[in-house]
Amino acid sequence: MDEKKTVKVLKFHAEKCDGGLGCEKACSQVHFKSDDGGNKSAIRIIKDGKSYKMHVCNQRGLCIDICPVGAITRRKNGTVWLDKDICIGCQSCVGFCPIGAMRKSDARIEPFKCISCGACVRACPNGALELVEVKIDDVKEVVYHKLVK
Amino acid sequence: MVEGQIPIEEYETGNTKHKWDFKKIRFAHRVLAEYNYKKGELYRGYANRTLYVNLSTNTIKEKPVTDEMKKKFTGGRGFGLKLLWDSIKPTTRWNSEENELIITTGPLCGTTQYPGSGKSLCLTISPSTNIICDCNVGGFFGPYLKFAGFDALEIQGRAKNDVVVVIDGEKGKVTIETAPLEETNSHLLAEQLTYMYASEDAEKSRQKVSVVSAGKGAEHSYWGCLNFSFYDIRRKVARMKQAGRGGLGTVLRDKKVKAIVTKVEKIDGVSNHPADPETLAKLGTKMHREIRDLDRSQCNMRAVGTGHLVEIMDAYDLLPTENYRFGSFPKVSKISSPKFYKLFTKIIPDGCWHGCTMACSKTVDGYTVKTGPYKGQKVTVDGPEYETIGAGSNMSFWDPLWILEFNFYCDTYGIDTISTGTSMAFYMEMYEYGILNKERCDGLELSFGNGEAVLEFMHRIARGDNGDFVNVASKGIRRVKDWLIKNGWGDPQLIEDCGMESKGLEYSEYVTKESLAMQGGYGLTLKGPQHDEAWLIFMDMVNNAIPTFQMKAEALHYFPMWRTWFGLNGLCKLPWNDIEPTNNAETDEPSKVPEHVQNYVEYQNAVTGWNVKKEDLILQSERCYDWQRAMNVWMRRGQRKDDWIPYRSMGPVTEMEYLSRKDRYDKQLVEKMELKKEEVEKLSTKEKIKLLYDFRRDQYQKLADAVYYRRGWTPNGVPTPQKMKQLEMNDPKMLKMLQEKIDEDEKAGLNVWGGKYGKGEKPPTIHPKYWEKW
Repeated sequence: MDEKKTVKVLKFHAEKCDGGLGCEKACSQVHFKSDDGGNKSAIRIIKDGKSYKMHVCNQRGLCIDICPVGAITRRKNGTVWLDKDICIGCQSCVGFCPIGAMRKSDARIEPFKCISCGACVRACPNGALELVEVKIDDVKEVVYHKLVK
Repeated sequence: MVEGQIPIEEYETGNTKHKWDFKKIRFAHRVLAEYNYKKGELYRGYANRTLYVNLSTNTIKEKPVTDEMKKKFTGGRGFGLKLLWDSIKPTTRWNSEENELIITTGPLCGTTQYPGSGKSLCLTISPSTNIICDCNVGGFFGPYLKFAGFDALEIQGRAKNDVVVVIDGEKGKVTIETAPLEETNSHLLAEQLTYMYASEDAEKSRQKVSVVSAGKGAEHSYWGCLNFSFYDIRRKVARMKQAGRGGLGTVLRDKKVKAIVTKVEKIDGVSNHPADPETLAKLGTKMHREIRDLDRSQCNMRAVGTGHLVEIMDAYDLLPTENYRFGSFPKVSKISSPKFYKLFTKIIPDGCWHGCTMACSKTVDGYTVKTGPYKGQKVTVDGPEYETIGAGSNMSFWDPLWILEFNFYCDTYGIDTISTGTSMAFYMEMYEYGILNKERCDGLELSFGNGEAVLEFMHRIARGDNGDFVNVASKGIRRVKDWLIKNGWGDPQLIEDCGMESKGLEYSEYVTKESLAMQGGYGLTLKGPQHDEAWLIFMDMVNNAIPTFQMKAEALHYFPMWRTWFGLNGLCKLPWNDIEPTNNAETDEPSKVPEHVQNYVEYQNAVTGWNVKKEDLILQSERCYDWQRAMNVWMRRGQRKDDWIPYRSMGPVTEMEYLSRKDRYDKQLVEKMELKKEEVEKLSTKEKIKLLYDFRRDQYQKLADAVYYRRGWTPNGVPTPQKMKQLEMNDPKMLKMLQEKIDEDEKAGLNVWGGKYGKGEKPPTIHPKYWEKW
């Protein structure tokens, strides 16, 4: 395979986050042309005591194997991408994502996910988000499991 | 290749390396009839019309689906019953011109969010039983039929030469075309037609085509099955699921249909236009998560499919071996699920419809065929599922490769693995007793475990061999029983007791000897001995949760109704109880899986916009269930005599069987029949068998009494007009027919209980004609 060996994933600097959610709004703008953020955003910032946590796809690609119609692929830039024209809305990937990062909004039947586009990074006034390059082999996972017993 | 997937491209799957001249094949087609229709949008799960095709007159038309029809018959199998009732006569037989082959969908069919939502329901008058047979099958055809614009497809009449029926949902056109040059056997035909009818030479286009076909075996036997294709973009093969039971493929080939093809323009998550897609997505996601977290520790379906049952059934003495003589066998570890796991290609979206994460449809790719016309070729074998492996153990096949070989040829020849396996097992037992021998079997040595002989037999069927034995044996156990008895080759009672058929249909692969409720689950059925109406072995035998006749009857009311409901909606039953929520055991009724029942209530409401409750689901089913029974009565079947089962399914027929489980049976003579231990010890095995024989047969009659009463039928098993009215099934023709039948039974003295009730025992009621007081 001649695809890129690395992928950009989001890194969160909790100490810089003020909970302004500009990132979520920017994300929902990318996916739904909406400023709603929240359920329409692939990145979620969750309050964790006095601090914040980020919840987003880590591009491991477990969902690639689960898709019955091959709508999810790893693109040339290494990110895991869901093609909503091929997607048949079965939610398998939503259900099987171990960290719940494949998201579904009521706005449409097809799920959506982080594509490492950097809109959130640019939207954050405090620099709390960063895209960092990691090796695909370090994050990649496959669904198929060994037989129990 | 998809990332992380175990490579499949190094296999040549055999199905893909053919170089067919599609131009030539297509050029040989002649269009016999063409019908253009207006493509419409589905609304809340219904296309609101059905498609009628008559091959004798080359007529194609559409019929409307009324609200009344939806209310009474729901969809799926219910629609099939309604369409049959309107089209056939009580004298219609499987090969009558007016017999129909019906494929229907159901309102929830084609949903992608909830696992197991792509089933088609097929109905016809079966060659095995001469009554209605219904089958539930996966593959893409049902959903595509609906997305192409029709809730059901009816095929009546018979073509002069081989034809294909093409439903083109892209153009809005239905055609009947002659098809002289295509292959007949399914693994090739499905592939050919998928390539021929795909709009573009691309995987995504091939995935939008589905083919229904049978094969050469279906032409020459009563075991014909229908293969429903679903194109697998990862394996690059048109895979197949089977509507196996009752000879539907035989009917397809009798009508000279080589295949039915349907294709769609597009599919998405809301092709059904459900009333509430958000709820569907939520319910589906919840189920996907449950399967993700629990399947590995519950059924392990995602890894080995239904084959996981082999070792469990063996452990509980329920795996049929040597024609159901035994329920377990020392060699079983050779064909247990880890053995098949090694052979399966591990690709995960193995659902037979999109979005089914149970993913139980496993395949062995690159299997090298050992015998017959495809010897030496590499092919993809779909399965084997539990029933096929069970058919293998029944014939005493202890080599996974023989089971694969058997599975492959059954599928491509279009014959049912269950009927074939169960029949062969019976012939093998008869062979062992000398009732059959090499000479009587056209030179075949049908001893237990002889895979080569079984495969040779199947090849002969497919070739249309005219040997006496092949001719009769390919028609199934019932005909062979009559043939053996007529020739005076063995003790008629032994032959009757050993041959595992009821109503003319062969048993599926469970040993029912020790569970009376399960015997009822096989015998007191509509289409014949199938476990798809009720599977009560664990409830009854292992957990002893339904000890009385009344409780067994309640279970034999609820579960057949509940399971019928899946067929009305185009659903698969597996995601109901082959995955269970973690807290299921603490609920009131764990065997019903209450949380999942609630899912289905919400699911039906979310698609149709109705407002049903869980009781309504049972009502929907009972309407259709009783209707089907009434139609069987109309065809002069569907009565107590037809619900009889062979003694092999009730208890030990032979001394060997008795002795192999001697302690168990001796104990029962003491505990259940209240004999003294010393008395039992004095009896010979023959005498003990006889005692058990009479006792168990009487138990079965008493069970039938209780079940008929609970279902609201007469003691002869006939649904009453009063019951039908309660269910709002008021068809005057039907009510009149039932009343006449009951009056006739009354004259013949058949409206009486079947069990012999001693002191302290009571029949379900002492009121004669109890139904009149409802």
